[in-house]
Amino acid sequence: MNTQLLIQLLVNGLVVGTLYGVVAMSFVLIYKATQVVNFAQGELLLIGAWVCWWLLTKYQVPFYLGMPITLVFMFVFGIAIQVVILRPMIGEPIISVIMVTIALSTVFSALMKWIFGVNLQPFPRIFTTQNVNILGLQVQTVYLMSLAVSLAMMVGMAWFFRLSKYGLAMRATAFNQQVAQSLGISVKSVFAMAWAISATVSAVAGVVVAVVNGVSAGLSAYGVKVFPAAILGGLDSVGGAVLGGIIIGLLENFAHFLDSEYLHWGNLYEIAPFYALIIILMIKPYGLFGTKDIERV
Amino acid sequence: MTQAAEAARAPSAVTATAPLLDVRNIEVVYDNVILVLRGLSLEVPNGAIVALLGANGAGKSTTLKAISGLLKTEDGEVTRGEIVFNGERINGIDPDKIVRRGIFQVMEGRRIIADMTSIENLKLGAFTRGDNEVGADIDMVFNYFPRLKERTGLAGYLSGGEQQMLAIGRALMARPKMILMDEPSMGLSPLLVKEVFAIIKEINRDLGVTILLVEQNARAALSVASHGYIMEQGKVVLDGSADELRDNEDVKEFYLGGAGDQRKSFKNLKSFKRRKRWL
Repeated sequence: MNTQLLIQLLVNGLVVGTLYGVVAMSFVLIYKATQVVNFAQGELLLIGAWVCWWLLTKYQVPFYLGMPITLVFMFVFGIAIQVVILRPMIGEPIISVIMVTIALSTVFSALMKWIFGVNLQPFPRIFTTQNVNILGLQVQTVYLMSLAVSLAMMVGMAWFFRLSKYGLAMRATAFNQQVAQSLGISVKSVFAMAWAISATVSAVAGVVVAVVNGVSAGLSAYGVKVFPAAILGGLDSVGGAVLGGIIIGLLENFAHFLDSEYLHWGNLYEIAPFYALIIILMIKPYGLFGTKDIERV
Repeated sequence: MTQAAEAARAPSAVTATAPLLDVRNIEVVYDNVILVLRGLSLEVPNGAIVALLGANGAGKSTTLKAISGLLKTEDGEVTRGEIVFNGERINGIDPDKIVRRGIFQVMEGRRIIADMTSIENLKLGAFTRGDNEVGADIDMVFNYFPRLKERTGLAGYLSGGEQQMLAIGRALMARPKMILMDEPSMGLSPLLVKEVFAIIKEINRDLGVTILLVEQNARAALSVASHGYIMEQGKVVLDGSADELRDNEDVKEFYLGGAGDQRKSFKNLKSFKRRKRWL
């Protein structure tokens, strides 16, 4: 058995998994606050990555400036999507709103191809050292950055939901919109905020992926990977999304290991997460941490 | 009490002192078709507890939702008349903005946020406030409801009475001028009803919060209110001071269940004479 490869792949899995977790978290955020399954999540990553790439290559903006500008842009962009496109849909059946997000996904990805082309564009180098040696293992610096950024986003999100006033308001809205309104919470602004935060967080993940792999239309595939992660964790659990993401990341890479060492089927890497998803949903239909309503008996 | 009684007999005398809440002849329609309130008027003086009584489906909850604006969330609309609070017309305004103007509704069935702790629920009550005295007010609420302090788990696991207390406490956190309470006695044991109403009275006295109380339990409501309105089929059919209502034969028979020992059969049961006060 090739232990070296296994460990390398598991580290990969952990890093990619936390990224999945971050994206799943931003996906769950929208679902929780607005009950909308956002099929355009992957495109939000893509837009964030392209905007940052564009600032860095065309305008030679340094990374420490380009990143915040990208995030501010995505925050405003998130609000704009909600206000311009989704707000008129309030009161319509939720399935119509979900269809609108599918449309958004198509439009955005076409738009990005139109503006930036279909070719993979390498991201400007951010770190001077490429690899760091940790316990005899060569780890790419960008991976470490990715891990650190993901963890920071998770801690930030946990703080937001547990302690900040607007986080509480968002949870109240998720619980029941009428109750939230009776407390003086404007549901419309909560929705806009959910989209804004979700777009921003996705953009961070998008940039991180772009730094590692470069930017191309394929980046929006992360939006698809998010489904098994979020559903595995329980669609309405932010913590579950994080754990779901990590599990999916590890599973993928473990499947890859099995495949390359023993089975040689060739594509187990792609489908393993979905098999796991099916099995887990058969055992726990609400996902690992999804809440059924509290019923007092 | 006598003042309120006089005021009831001569409505013009009340307008002279301008009530905090003045509902004038409102009509409410749900889904553009279902007419629920048909010209309802009531007045709540500043600092008073006013009871709104009536049978199921009379339109009591709808009245409260019309005032708090929550009607909008249920496809209801005030199609005629106006609601004036503190000298300003408030119908048509979004519910979250009405909370900012000082009206807080404690909805029927408590409606606390089950997957949050009591303290988180209380903090949310203070959502519209920008000051930093929220902590002090949480202590104040725990003063009124000491048993909430001991329950640190999720609010969904509180008993019905504790949830009601939390719902009232959450309303206090907003520092409202006026609280609309929809059936605080629902699902509570008689002993707890007494306790909750005693605290409602205390809150009204200590904090000067005006309270409009909707109740099925007419006896409990009239024990704390200074004035009462009785609704039937979307209209006020009778109003007066709490004492007057308690002594009214019709009210006794229909709402207090005390028509008396003299009635031996239902043969003589009279049908209720509707009194129109408006138009």
